[in-house]
Parts: sequence; structure tokens; C-alpha cells
Amino acid sequence: MEQPGRVVDERRAGRWMSALIMFILVAGVLSFVWSSKDYWLLPLASTQGLTLDNLFYAILILTAIPFVLVHLFIGLSLWRFPARGTERAAHWHEHLGAELTWTIVPTIAFIVLGIYGEIVWAHIYSAPPANALQVQVVGRQFEWEFRYPGPDGKFGRTAPKFVTSGDPFGMDPSDPENQQNIVTVNEMHVVLNRPVSVRITAIDVIHSFSLPNFRMKQDAVPGRDVSIWFTPNKAGTYQIVCAQLCGVGHYTMRGNITVESQSAFDQWLGSQGH
Amino acid sequence: MDAVAVHEAGAAHETHAKETFFRHYIFSTDHKMIGKQYFLTTMFMALVGGGMAMLMRDHLAWPNNGVLTPEQYLQAVTMHGTIMIFFFLTVMLTGGFGNLLIPLMIGARDMAFPVLNMISYWTFVPGVITILASFFVPGGPAGNGWTAYAPLSAIPAAEGGAGLGQTLWLVALLFVVISSLFGSLNFLTTILNMRTRGLSMGRLPLTIWGIFITAVLALLSFPVLMAGLGLLLLDRVAGTSFFEPTNLLVGGQISTHAGGDALLWQHLFWFFGHPEVYILILTPMGIVSEIISTFSRKPIFGYKAMILSLSAIGFLSFLVWGHHMFVSGMHPLLGAAFMGSTIIIAVPSAIKTFNWCATLWGGRIHFTTAMLFAIGFVSVFVTGGLSGIFLAIAPVDIYLHDTYFVIAHFHFVMASASLFAILAGTYFWFPKFFGRLMNETLGKIHFALTFLGIYGTFYPMHFIGLHSNDRRLYDNAAYPFLAHTGPIDVFVSLSAFLLGAAQLIFLFNFFYSLKYGPVADTNPWRANSLDWQTPTPPPHGNWGDELPTVYRWPYDYSVPGAKDDYIPQTVQAAPVAAGAGGEA
Repeated sequence: MEQPGRVVDERRAGRWMSALIMFILVAGVLSFVWSSKDYWLLPLASTQGLTLDNLFYAILILTAIPFVLVHLFIGLSLWRFPARGTERAAHWHEHLGAELTWTIVPTIAFIVLGIYGEIVWAHIYSAPPANALQVQVVGRQFEWEFRYPGPDGKFGRTAPKFVTSGDPFGMDPSDPENQQNIVTVNEMHVVLNRPVSVRITAIDVIHSFSLPNFRMKQDAVPGRDVSIWFTPNKAGTYQIVCAQLCGVGHYTMRGNITVESQSAFDQWLGSQGH
Repeated sequence: MDAVAVHEAGAAHETHAKETFFRHYIFSTDHKMIGKQYFLTTMFMALVGGGMAMLMRDHLAWPNNGVLTPEQYLQAVTMHGTIMIFFFLTVMLTGGFGNLLIPLMIGARDMAFPVLNMISYWTFVPGVITILASFFVPGGPAGNGWTAYAPLSAIPAAEGGAGLGQTLWLVALLFVVISSLFGSLNFLTTILNMRTRGLSMGRLPLTIWGIFITAVLALLSFPVLMAGLGLLLLDRVAGTSFFEPTNLLVGGQISTHAGGDALLWQHLFWFFGHPEVYILILTPMGIVSEIISTFSRKPIFGYKAMILSLSAIGFLSFLVWGHHMFVSGMHPLLGAAFMGSTIIIAVPSAIKTFNWCATLWGGRIHFTTAMLFAIGFVSVFVTGGLSGIFLAIAPVDIYLHDTYFVIAHFHFVMASASLFAILAGTYFWFPKFFGRLMNETLGKIHFALTFLGIYGTFYPMHFIGLHSNDRRLYDNAAYPFLAHTGPIDVFVSLSAFLLGAAQLIFLFNFFYSLKYGPVADTNPWRANSLDWQTPTPPPHGNWGDELPTVYRWPYDYSVPGAKDDYIPQTVQAAPVAAGAGGEA
């Protein structure tokens, strides 16, 4: 209990607490540096991803500065201003200049960052180029189904009434185009440096079509078609992840996406059953 | 004053005959007893929710030990979130601290509606019983996440089990919502009408301002959740289709639902859900302001800016819910708008942080356990607030959404910050509530372990989140790029166990001090606000024959020339003459 008039010396406690805050600061910064070797943004494989990563690094710098400064300030305050003896604290509690500064400076920083973010956002959700490869995706418990158009680049008609367990797209059997369409399960192939436009939906619950290497993620919502597009620019096979809890088997819901040349793609597509 | 009539009605409390055991301990209408009932009930729920977290961490670090099946894992995830948010943090801050503090800090004898207050608690209890009962029904408790996204939560066939569990989850939350609405109504009325003479809104302690804005948010946002819960309940039990579009193919069967919209649930849920996170942080901001000022022996810096920023956050919190839905499939233009509003809401939070820092500077800091937790609050709030900027910027959220980065973010900014303020507030007001002081040595050990435990648990989650480790995954084995996250998961789990164990020290300290702690005097921290001017513990009716009169704001610390380094709100004389007759 604090007794009025009792001589209090909190200097030791102040140093301990200051050291603890400084430890958080140092460990917080160093562990981030350490993690950037093995645990960092996944290898990048799309052109859109680059703009997004640049934005990420801008935010990283912008947030690292206040993280360091605030912790330094707190650490220094605790070191410098512990109670000792009967000394009184300062008595001031307003300063218009200071308050305006730390209102206006963050506001400007946030606005600049916001404008930057809006530009990247608009870029990502712009209309896909005309030459984009068209793919349709349906999420279902617990797999991804992909539908590619036939050689003429057209999809057949679909309707909800044709949906069956074997055909989550609901392809109209009377439309000959549908004979040309190709459906695959958990296997998606795209063409290197050719934009791909993906139309995403789900047939049972909400899933999320996530391509972390391409910095793409879009919830697959039943009753709703949403399109995204991106340009894969690095050949290889990457993971397709379901990022939205979709039931007990959620953790098993994954697929592969392969980026390859147009000829390899054509060959793969030709080898798939109709 | 226009509040005089209320005071006289309040005075009638004192003429109560001696209460029976039931009237005193069970169906009490005394705000202090109701507050303690809430306090202990939610403390118990925190243990249940914390236990779920320990099970999750055990499984995640050693996934091959078979601690949890996939279904049980999702149930643990769901119940951890649900219990911690709805049955611990929300209700501890409003039902616990709100009830205990409001009348004491505003100089009232009780809440405006004491019976409604009792009913509020006894509406909460069935919610607690229902959610606990759901553990024991066939299929177990709900397992669809604390957000219970439809249609997964709406169609029993879409789940691995959890049929009755999800229904009970909805019923339990309805109880909590109704209870919170009763409470909020009561808090607002009390704060607006029952402040004692001289206590203008401009002289209210920031804790009360935090509780006040929280009550406004709760009153406006909980009804929306209530509507959502009601609709989802109807979808589950009455065959309606609010959240299910036509022709769902579930479990090999075409569902009979038709015409609903799956995104509607998310809009309803997050329209509540975002104000909710401010419901969990505004009262803590007030508590921390109180404690930092008191133990720096220095007035809170920027009192008006603190109130303005609390209000601004409260207002803006209704305009940002869509930032939970950037990748949900809503129109990208909406995403652009919500990005803008979310960026703006960061400004008042930044202002508050700088004001706390400025309060420390030039102070004469007393490192009590309460103060340590308040300083810890600022640290975790800053860490979590900054990671929030990544998520507020929609394009970056595309990548980070639903990863452990999000888990790290909200556990710092909302869960840990809120917990730190609750613990700070408990060490601070324990003597006033219970008449004895808690043990400071145990308190400091508890703080150090909790602070390190929190950072050890949640900070590394940023890394695996950046590495695109998704949340709510039972097993990472399916993903080759996550093959090397094992050591981080083990480190996180060990930190979580340390964090959990540290809370046992707190529990011991709490119950030991309750019985054996040193008896506290009226004002052990030499603080200014009214709660420290009543006897410890406060008697029924809180104040003797006469209600206190307030002459000043609650932050007159270290006024130059004053006899002591604090001047209670009830002291009339000019600062220099305070020694003459000002001592309460």
C-alpha cells in the first residue's frame, strides 16, 4: 500500500521494466529479420503479386518506425521517470502543437498509404485482357473442380437445375458445346505469361480459392460468381489452398496449379477426358 | 440539479431491512454484488476458453499425438473464440467492471434500474449454462468457427456433426445479447442521469467515458447480431432460407433451401462484429488511462483528445465492418470504400497511444502491478494496431486474409490488450471491490510471465502467417510449403502453456488475497476519482448520508503548490489551500 509521505524509490523497478520493454523491441525487430530467411512471403509467381509485395514492404517500413519509436519512448520514460523520494511529477497535460502533430502526421501517412492501396486494389480488380485464358472453378466439400472451354474457347450453357453430384457446374446436356468442355478435379494448369481469368463459385458452403504464390484469394460463395484475373510469370507447380473453414475436411481441401508453356498446356488439356 | 429526484429515490436503498442470503448473494440488486457475480462467472468462463486454447496448442505443436480429432479441433477453435469473446471479455468489461465502477465513479448509490440489472445477470446465466451444456450433446459443441459462417452453420448436413451444438450456440448467444442489451441500457441511463452534483460529462473519469461509448456501441450493434442469430436459428430449425441460395448440393443431396444469400450473414455478423472489437477495447482504453495517470502521478495528457478519439472510434466503428470481407465476393468498390474508412479509424487510436506516452514522460512512476499491466497494454496495443495496417490495406489483405497473421493481429490488439486492461483493473480496484490488497510480488511475477508469454505466443504467428499458414487448419501436412513450420508451432505452444500457467499464479493470488490479503484503506493508491473516496469496501448505497459533491476533474496529480501530489475530485478549495480541509 502506498503510504502518503513514505519515501518511495522505484528506480530499480523502472530499470527492470524499461529493460523488458527494450527486450521486446530488440527481440521484435531481430526475430522479424531472422524469420525473413525461412518464414516469409511465399515465392512470387504472378505480375500482380509484385505490386502487392511492394505495397507490403512499404507498410512494413511504415509500421516498423512507430513500433521502434513508441517502444523506445516508453523504455526511456520508464528509465528516466521512476518515483524517487518525494519529488513531484511535472504538471502539464495539454499541448496543442504536440497534439496537432501526432494527429496530422499519422493522418497524412495513412492517407498516402490508402491512396497507394486503392491504386493497387483497382489494378488487381481491373477488367481482364481479352486474350485471358478462361477457367471456371467450383468449390465443394472437399475438392476443387475446374472447367476449361473446348478448342473453340466457348463454355456450354449451365443451369442450377442440372447440378448433380457428378456435375457441380450444372452443364446442360442438350448443349453440344458442353461435350467440348473439360473438367478436372484439384488440377489446374495455366499458361506462362498469359493472363488467366478465373470465375469462382461454390456449390455447398463457402470456400476460399487461395493461390498464395500468385497473391490471389477469393471466397467461393454458393449462389454467386466472382471473377479474378492474374498473369502467372514463373513456371512451376504451386499449391491451391482452401482458406475458408468449410467443414471437418477443410484441411484436406487442396489442389495443384501448374504454370507451363502454351504447348505444354495444350498437350495437357488434350490429354484430359471430356 | 436535475438529477436530485433520482438521488432521493436512490436514498431509499439505505432503508432496506437486513437482506436474506438469497437477496444478498443470489438475486441481489446491489450493483457491487451483481458486478462480482459477473466477475466470478466470466473468470470461470475464461478458464474454460483458455483450456480450449491449451488443447488447440497441444494439438498444433504435436499433431501426431492424437489429442484432438479434426472435428474436436474445430470445436475447440470455435468454443475458444466464442467463450473468450462473448462469455469472458465482453461481459467481464461491461457486466463486471461496468457494474462495479459506474455508481462508484459517478457518485451514485446504485444503477438506474437495479432490478433490470439483476435480470441482466440472470439472463446471462442461462447463456452460460447453454453453451456449457453444448459440450455434452451428441456430436459435441459447434465447430464452425466463432463467426459461424452460413451456409456451413445453417445446414446440419454440411457438417461432420455438431447438429444440436450449433443450435445451442445460437440460443446461448441470444441470451448473452439480450443480457448485454439490458446492461447497456442501464449503463447509459445511469451515466447520463445519476452523476452526482458537480460531475459534468467533462469531469468524468476516462474509464466511465470508455464504458459509456461501449454501451452506445452495444445498444446499436447487438440488435443486428440478434437479428442474424434469429434468422440463422430459423434456417436451422424452421426450414427458412435466409442464408442459403437455391440448389445447394450438400452431402450428395440437393438441398430444399432456395432464394437466400450467403453473404447476408457476414454483413449482419460483421456489422455487429466490428463494433464488438471496440466494445472490447474502449473500456480498457479508459481503464489504462486511469491507471497510467494515477501511477505516473501526472494528469492524463490530452483529456479532451482522449474523449474525442473515444467518440470518433465509436462512430467510425460502424463504418468499417466490410474490411472483414475484402475477399468475400462483395463488390471491389465496396472494398475500396471500406479500406478508406478503416484507414481513418486508425488515426484516433494513434492519438490515444501518443497521449499515453506523453502522460508517462515527466511523471514519477510507481511500478505497481496494475501499472505494469497498463504499460504492457500500450505495448501489445501498438504491436497489434500496427499489424492491423497490413490488413486494412485491402490488396495486402488478399494475401494475409485467414492466415495466422490475422490471428496474431487480433490477439494482440483486441484479446491481449483487453486482457491486460482487465488484469490491470483487477489489481487496481481489487482493494476497493474486496477490501484487501493483492500480493504485489506474485503480481509482478504474473505480469512478467504473462507479458513474455503473450509475445512468445502471438508474435511468431506473424511469421507463419506471412508464410501463408492458414488459420483453422487441423494439419499442415497437406501443404509442402508448411513442412518446416513445426518448430515455430512448438515454440508458440510452449509460450502458450507458460502464459496459461502464469494465470494460475493470478488465480491463487486472487483467492488468497480475498481472504488473507492486507486490509486496504479508503484510498490505497492516493487516487482522485470518486471510487477512492468511499469507504473500502463500499457499504450498501456506497455513500453515507450525503452524496459527494465534485469540484474538479479526476486528474489533478502533482499540482504545483498543493500539499499532496493528488487532489481528490471532492476537494473544493483552491489547490494551494488543499491541505487546510481538503483531506477526505
